[in-house]
Amino acid sequence: MKPRFSFGMIAILLAGFAFLYVPIGLLILYSFNASRLVTVWGGFSTRWYVELFSNAQLLTSTLTSLEIAFVSASLSVLLGTCAAYALARSGAFAGRTAFFALIYAPLVMPEVITGLALLLFFVAIGIERGFWTVVLAHSTVGMCFATVVIHARLAEFDMTLEEAAMDLGARPIEAFWLVTLPICAPAMVAAFLLAFTLSLDDFVLASFTSGPGSTTLPMRIYSQVRLGVSPQINAISTLMIATVAILLLVARLLTGARAGK
Amino acid sequence: MSLVKKTRGVGDGGLAANLGRRLVLIVPYAWLILFFAIPFLIVVKISISVQRDGRPPYEPVFELADGFIGAWESVQKFSMESYAAIYADRIYGDAYISSVWIAALATLCTLLIGYPLALAMARAPRRWRSLLIVLAVAPFWTSFLIRIYAWIVILKDEGLLNHALISTGLISEPIHIYATQGAVLIGIVYSYLPFMILPLYNALEKQDTALVEAALDLGATPFAAFRQITWPLSMRGVIAGCLLVFIPAVGEYVIPDLLGSDEVLMIGRSLWDEFSTARNWPGAAAVATVLLVLLLVPIVAYQRSHLQTHGAAR
Amino acid sequence: MPIPLIQLAGVSKQYGDVRAVDDVTLELEPGEFFALLGPSGCGKTSLMRLVAGFETPDAGRVLIDGRDMQGVPPYRRPVNMMFQSYALFPHMSVERNIAFGLVQQGMAKGYIATRVAEMLRLVKLEGYGARRPEQLSGGQKQRVALARALAPRPKLLLLDEPLAALDRKLREETQFELMQVQRDLGIAFMLVTHDQDEAMAMAQRIALMRSGRIEQIGDARAIYERPASLFAAEFVGEINLFEGEVVQSGEGKFAIVQGGGRIALADDTPLPGPVRIAVRPERMVMSHLRAGSYAEFAGVIADMVWLGDLTVWRVRLSDGRLIRISRSNADAANAAFSRGDQVFVGFEAQSARMLLS
Repeated sequence: MKPRFSFGMIAILLAGFAFLYVPIGLLILYSFNASRLVTVWGGFSTRWYVELFSNAQLLTSTLTSLEIAFVSASLSVLLGTCAAYALARSGAFAGRTAFFALIYAPLVMPEVITGLALLLFFVAIGIERGFWTVVLAHSTVGMCFATVVIHARLAEFDMTLEEAAMDLGARPIEAFWLVTLPICAPAMVAAFLLAFTLSLDDFVLASFTSGPGSTTLPMRIYSQVRLGVSPQINAISTLMIATVAILLLVARLLTGARAGK
Repeated sequence: MSLVKKTRGVGDGGLAANLGRRLVLIVPYAWLILFFAIPFLIVVKISISVQRDGRPPYEPVFELADGFIGAWESVQKFSMESYAAIYADRIYGDAYISSVWIAALATLCTLLIGYPLALAMARAPRRWRSLLIVLAVAPFWTSFLIRIYAWIVILKDEGLLNHALISTGLISEPIHIYATQGAVLIGIVYSYLPFMILPLYNALEKQDTALVEAALDLGATPFAAFRQITWPLSMRGVIAGCLLVFIPAVGEYVIPDLLGSDEVLMIGRSLWDEFSTARNWPGAAAVATVLLVLLLVPIVAYQRSHLQTHGAAR
Repeated sequence: MPIPLIQLAGVSKQYGDVRAVDDVTLELEPGEFFALLGPSGCGKTSLMRLVAGFETPDAGRVLIDGRDMQGVPPYRRPVNMMFQSYALFPHMSVERNIAFGLVQQGMAKGYIATRVAEMLRLVKLEGYGARRPEQLSGGQKQRVALARALAPRPKLLLLDEPLAALDRKLREETQFELMQVQRDLGIAFMLVTHDQDEAMAMAQRIALMRSGRIEQIGDARAIYERPASLFAAEFVGEINLFEGEVVQSGEGKFAIVQGGGRIALADDTPLPGPVRIAVRPERMVMSHLRAGSYAEFAGVIADMVWLGDLTVWRVRLSDGRLIRISRSNADAANAAFSRGDQVFVGFEAQSARMLLS
């Protein structure tokens, strides 16, 4: 009935989550460090944030990254919804296994391989690299994540609901619009956020597929990190973590409010 | 088959609906073929091309203007030179072996840390569980680069860990972890832990706790019950989690580049260097092709594990 | 005198602010078929888990074979349990499931094989040894669970709602099978159930539980015929309740039945005062004429149900209450009573049970 939850289990949870969160916590803490040295606490200060906002290059890259993330996440959800719907509803079709393979391969494929392949593809067909090539790369990987998330939701929802709607006189398109889509909405929001963060976070694919003028934020951060640690990076990191945290919270509130009804 | 029948019953929605139904499948399918499958064929094609100075830095290049004869001449320029180079140069072989070794070791560590954590989460009171899941996955939503950067700050010789250990008097000389294989391992384990926890948790949470109780009741010690019941029944999650960590870890570039040193050989870095520093595109493509062949078995295994759960359940 | 197999002495168990088990004391004899009966949430499952060792009591002691079980984990206790969900190991064959307990005991391979075959024969599943649990029907799974729990020769078998997942016909059949197995092996069974029919059909003794406490212990007949409380009377079988008062007069003890006259009582009935008078439907008398010799009420037959072996009438009294009466259909006089008839219903003194509260 009520299995007792032992202290050993609690200790494991505490240790595990400490491992996951202490590094991030330290990062945030030291972003408010007045000292330039990362290891010495020199008092509370927001000077790194001020410096950050005067770094024009960084701000441009941030904007580029956000634009790419928005466009590619939208495309990912659009394509992912189609793919998930096809997987869940089309029954057995020729090449279903191949389609499945194409959906799942990009999830685990080492990014250097995907990145190189896309780059060589763009060069071969003669597309100039830039904003849109990064969007294409991110959408391709993002749509696979979106498919998995949305398919999970579709698979657990009762197909007979849609049939019931059609039985009551809805045409297939209407049934999809009135029944399936609202049920999938939370999963689509989750898929969008996932694709958005993946894009915002990606360094490897972007470095292969971006061109001059489309340097993304992770590419800037990467080159800075390679130069050595600096409190400024801590400050960007903190801002990014805060953004994601707020986004997640909003999404949770939105989907939670829906589910509660 | 009932599957087909069902589709037909629902699909009788007129021509427009049928077209819509087809498009829903065709558009993403075509997208993946165009932007995922075909690029891989191009990788293979370029891996048997030859490096040259110019744009693009390889030949042959097929031009429509060349006509049939030109194309045939181009085809004859294909060579296995890049593969021969990989075979001849020990550094590649070592990098492949070392990548697989580091990835395997990291997978094992991730499993050792992730399993108890996932088990504790799955056995926690029901009302805690959704919060615990969010907590376990949340780091995945924060930037990957940032999480690696955090470990640089911690592990550097003059970093937080050594600083803390020296100031408490536990050690007098800094421990050298940064820029070693150990640091790369820590980085991989840390970054990929959520990918291990999720499938494990899913497998463990589904288990009926009465099974373990039944085993205890029949005289199995807690360890015996774990070994004979909990562990084998979570095998599917273990396999999925391990593949989800192992496959991308083999080709990892960022972690060995930021936390490792030149002595920590990993194939992802070799590929990158070949591509950007040496500007040897055919070489990089050949390295990628070999890596892909190497990973083919685990990737197919991973897909099959999903096909079993999702494909068959439908 | 032999030591009891199980002794529970003042056992209590609390979850948060719920007293799941509240100061329970009881004993089980070796070879006995015992039932813990009660509504869901009465603490019967918790009590069983205390015996199995999955829970430790907050107070009191659990003794098995005279040995205090304090600190003894479930895997060192000579009791086995048959789980409600059966809890068959899905990754093991039927044979390996049944052998599980014997393997843990470190038995020799030859012995295990013999014992498994023996158990398969006992539950009539010869030839099913190589199957997986998912290839079995509900009834077959139940029998595998039984065989698995019995294989290590426990001193006591705990059965947690063993028939809950079976359909009606199978349930009855299985009841008889379980009783047969219990008699043949001579192992004590402790059945946990919320189904009174199940408990009454199978168990030699029943402990009726309510909110963590034992209301009454006794054989089926004792609980049915002489319920110790209103709860016991209402939980087990159907019952008609009347208000009344026990009075003492020169001629002896009487119960004044509200609106129905009085009945003489035996001298050992408890204290005078207000009581509830409980009468089983089959103990009620019904006639078209007033008899006058016992407590009696006038009413109209509101409805009747013919159940094959017996007929049940519901009679509406003048104050609106419904009284239930059942009679065996072997009685030819039943045909005379139909809906709308004016009748007199009542009971004799020996059919009535006086209950406080």
